[in-house]
Formats: sequence, C-alpha cells, structure tokens
Amino acid sequence: MMEEYRGVWVFIEENDGAIEGVSLELLGAGRKLAEKLEVPLSGILLGHEVTKLAKEVISYGADKVYVIDNPVLKDYRTESYMKGVIKLAETYKPEIFLYGATPNGKDLASAVATDLSTGLTADTTMLDVDIDKRLLEASRPAFGGNIMATILCKKHRPQMATVRPKVMKALEPDSNRQGSIIEETLNLKEEDMRTKVLKIVKELTKKTNLAEAHVIVCGGKGLGDIHGFQLIHEFADTIGASVGGTRDVVEAGWLPHEFQVGQTGETVTPKIYFAIGISGAIQHVVGMKNSELIIAINKDPGAPIFEVATYGIVGDALEILPKLIQQFKEMKTEKGGEISYA
Amino acid sequence: MHIVVCVKQVPDTKIIKINPKTNTLDRRSAPAILNPYDAHAVQAAVKIREETGGMISVLSMGPPQAVAIIKKSIEIGADRGYLISDRAFAGADTLATSYALSKALQKIANEEPIDLVICGKHAIDGDTGQVGPGIARRLDIPPITNVIEVSEVNKAEKTVLIKRKQISGYELIQTQLPCLLTVEKEINSILYSPLPNMLRAARYEPVIWAVSDLGEVDKTQLGLKGSPTIVGKMFTPPKLEGGKKLEGSSDEQVSQLMDILMERKDLLKLKETSTAN
Repeated sequence: MMEEYRGVWVFIEENDGAIEGVSLELLGAGRKLAEKLEVPLSGILLGHEVTKLAKEVISYGADKVYVIDNPVLKDYRTESYMKGVIKLAETYKPEIFLYGATPNGKDLASAVATDLSTGLTADTTMLDVDIDKRLLEASRPAFGGNIMATILCKKHRPQMATVRPKVMKALEPDSNRQGSIIEETLNLKEEDMRTKVLKIVKELTKKTNLAEAHVIVCGGKGLGDIHGFQLIHEFADTIGASVGGTRDVVEAGWLPHEFQVGQTGETVTPKIYFAIGISGAIQHVVGMKNSELIIAINKDPGAPIFEVATYGIVGDALEILPKLIQQFKEMKTEKGGEISYA
Repeated sequence: MHIVVCVKQVPDTKIIKINPKTNTLDRRSAPAILNPYDAHAVQAAVKIREETGGMISVLSMGPPQAVAIIKKSIEIGADRGYLISDRAFAGADTLATSYALSKALQKIANEEPIDLVICGKHAIDGDTGQVGPGIARRLDIPPITNVIEVSEVNKAEKTVLIKRKQISGYELIQTQLPCLLTVEKEINSILYSPLPNMLRAARYEPVIWAVSDLGEVDKTQLGLKGSPTIVGKMFTPPKLEGGKKLEGSSDEQVSQLMDILMERKDLLKLKETSTAN
C-alpha cells in the first residue's frame, strides 16, 4: 500500500499574488530529496487567479504543478484549503509533503495530517532521506536545548513536515526549466464556508524590521539584568542596528516577544549579527546562523555560540560593550560621519 | 456559553538542563508548570465569560501530577477541571494526543454542549502547535490559529470576531460557534489571581478519567501505538569550526574588532560627511 505513494510535494504559499520565500526555499530542498529518491518534485498551488504563478514554481525546481484556482480560495482558510490539498493528496499520493512553518502552513499541515491520519513533524530545520527505506528524516531542535531530534514516520504516508523559513536555500530560478501544469477543480461554495476573512491588515511592525535588518545586536542572559541589557539598546542605537533577544531574555521580560530570535521567534539573516552574552543553544542558533558576519562576545570560552561565530571575543560583555560603544562614538565625532550599511 | 480550555503540564524549559554526557533531558532539573500559552488561553476564556456569562472547563491529558496545572487554571478563573490520565496515553504524538483529547471533549459535551474550545498556540516543550487544529478537525469545528484578539462573541447569531496574527500584520476573521482558537501571548496579560480563586483552587479536585471512562475509544489510536511519528535519533549537530578568537586585553579585543569591521567595506561604510568643522 505504501508503495503507491511516490513523489515529493511542496505546498506553495501565495500572498497578494506573490509566492512566499519559504515555498521557494522548500522547492530547493525538495529538489534534492526528489533526486535522491528518483521521483518528480511537485508544487501544490491553491488560490484565486494563481495559475499564472505555476511557471515560476517550475523555474524554481518543480517538475509538476498541481493547481486549484477557485474564487473561494482567494484568502487562506483552513477548511477550504484543506479540502483542496486532501483531494490532491488522495488522488496523486505523494510520499513526502513539505509546508513552510508559517502561520498558514502550520495550520494547514496540522489539519491535513489529522484527516489523512499521518505523521507531521513541526518546524524542521534539517531534511534528508534514507534512500533504501524511502524514509524522510526530518530533524528539529528538541526542547529548546542543545540537541536535535530526527523524527521519522515509518508506516504512514505521506510523510509530512513543516520547515522553518530561511533555513533551506532556494535554487536560482531557471525560466527554461520545463514542467507540467495540472489543473484540478474543487466543488466549493462560499455559502458553505463557516469562516469569513473580513479584512487583511498589513503592518510593518518592528518584528518585520528584525527580519529585514542589515545589522542586529542581540543580547542574552549574559547581560545580567534588564539594566545590563540597556547596553544592547545603546550599542544598537549607536551603530543604527536593530535589537534582538534570546528566548530567556524575552521570558524574563527584558524585551517583548516580537524581538525574539530563534526557533520560536524570528529567523534572521542580517549582514552583521552581534551575539552578546548569548551561550548559543540550538534553539537560538537555528534562528541566526545564516547571518553573513557573526560576532560573539561571551565570558565562557566553551560557549557553543563561538562555533558559529566568525569572530569571537571571550570576555565580559558588560566590560567590552561600553568600550565598543565609545569607539564607535569617537569614530563618528572624529570623522563627522554616519555609519551606513551596504 | 460553555468554553473548554485545553491545558498541558510542561517542564519549565527556561530552567531544564541537558545532561551533557547522555544528551538527554534532566527532567528533575525543571519544575513542572502550566504551559505559559495555556495560561493566556484560560485568561482569554475568563474575559469572554465576563461578557457572555457561562462556564469555563479545563481539560488536560497527563500523569496524575498534572492535577497541579488544573488547580492553577482554577486560580486564573476556570470553573471546572478534567484530567484524562492513563498509561494507554503515554508516548502519544500530536495525532494521538488530539484523538484522546477529542474523545474527552465529546464526553464533556455530552454533559454540557461546548460553544468554544481554546488552546495555547503551542506547548513550550514540544513547540509544535499541531494539537489544537487536530482537535478541531476531529470535532469538525473550524480551527483559528494564532489568535491575538477575540471580540464580539455573539451568542444569538453564534458568531465570533477574531484577529489572527499573520506573517506581517493580522487578519480579521468572522467564524461560527462552536469553533477552536489557539491563542498567542499578546492576547492578554496574566492578572494576579483573586484570593477567592486561590482558596477554591487549593481545595479543588478535578474529575479524573481513564480510557475506560471515555466511552467508545479506538485503542489503536492512543499513545505510542496510535502515533505515526517516532523519534529516530537524538544528536548534537556537527560542531562547526567556529571563527577566529580575538585575544588580548579587552581594549585590544575591541580595537581588533574595530579594525575588522572597518575593513569590511562590503558590509559597513563610514560615510564621511564634510569635515569643515
């Protein structure tokens, strides 16, 4: 029975006529899995007036795109999207099905897994396959600690996982790539829907600033207390950076939740990332390790943050930060310049 | 209005330690607490009850010690508590958990129909957020995840207005009752529990059900047996090389760092404005 299930699928999340970055990243990751298993990679595209995006899905690595284009699917709703995805999965039987770990991706995958009675791994950060057993190896940080767990789904298909944004790498799009577009229909009536989306409000909050920031100064428990943490704000102000914090810092109330970097907070990829007084638990590292230049300051020479840091300073942040702030301030006054970031 | 809040006892992950030799969790190192998101869920239910009247039940699955978090929920303002506790539930993944909880919810609904189920966004020990939507599917009610505000609970029309957090911003959703919400921490702040609640909680004894109390249950869908996912292995990720350590006194370290940063003109530029003054 399980042999009927073949192929790797990626749920393509669309917002305002554009494909979410995480879906393109998953096409890149899914491409590798599909090649190892020697099966096609398919994109699953639902929405209203979305068929035009199918070519883009192919250019990022898909061999096939299954499309359901229906006005009822204009805005994401669990019940309508779930019906479409389940219909496709029951008809075409994929062995692996990946979703972005976004609010909608997680919501949809949870509902679909329940109806298909199959396994779902949340917030995966590493993906691989055991080729002989055709098993998806979905790994994720466990318990916010320094340990990863590989989750397997041996006896149920499809094997499903949600994957953190900004962890996998998208392929360079190739507009010459060939693929097939399969259009399916879904019998949905607006009057049968129990949920209505009345309004969508886009807010460019500080949270999004953190995700887009070029430079982030992120502080951890090593700053001692909320007063010590003020140095993080001062340093960030001085160099025009955004402020972030670890889960501990947020739990302690030194920073609001939207500033949290890590598995349960934001994943960030700035040009420069200062990790100050942060030990570097996996929970945190998965949220920042793809930053271009990482500078770590920590008292403990054995802290795991030094393994991901480009440059490390073993020392007391409370002693080093004021000096660093001083240096930047002097530089600005001496040269009368402003720091800018390329 | 009957609101049921699903709650979970979790180890306090802020405190829990990993045994560096075995890479396993030292559960004794962490106190067991009410999952913080679930505390917000109970608080959200209390606020709705203030407006609509009615009753709040809490439901948990766990070992007998989980009675403690039901008492905590009573402190916050819940009226009644149920714990399902049985060895048959042990080792459940999210699919098996949502099955067991939905069976208990059906039993509670037989006593008093349920208008609204509220869960925390996720539990801080598993961080999955999958059980809430799973329960909603099993009860065939709409799930709304990532809720940051609940307003206009209309008992007559059986509708509720919800703000749902999105990647950027939020969406305003109207859905039918009964439905299931999973709430973010932003939805409210936890207030100090009133003294009468604390007194009531201290002597409160929840209803405890075993599998045999839940009526018709497919035992193959419970616990480890009913869980499609298993943990294949635990590992520490391959150590990265790490970069260069800057040595010397703190002044020397800072000056080396400044040199490094100033050299990275691809990342950072000092815009030299007029030096006339």
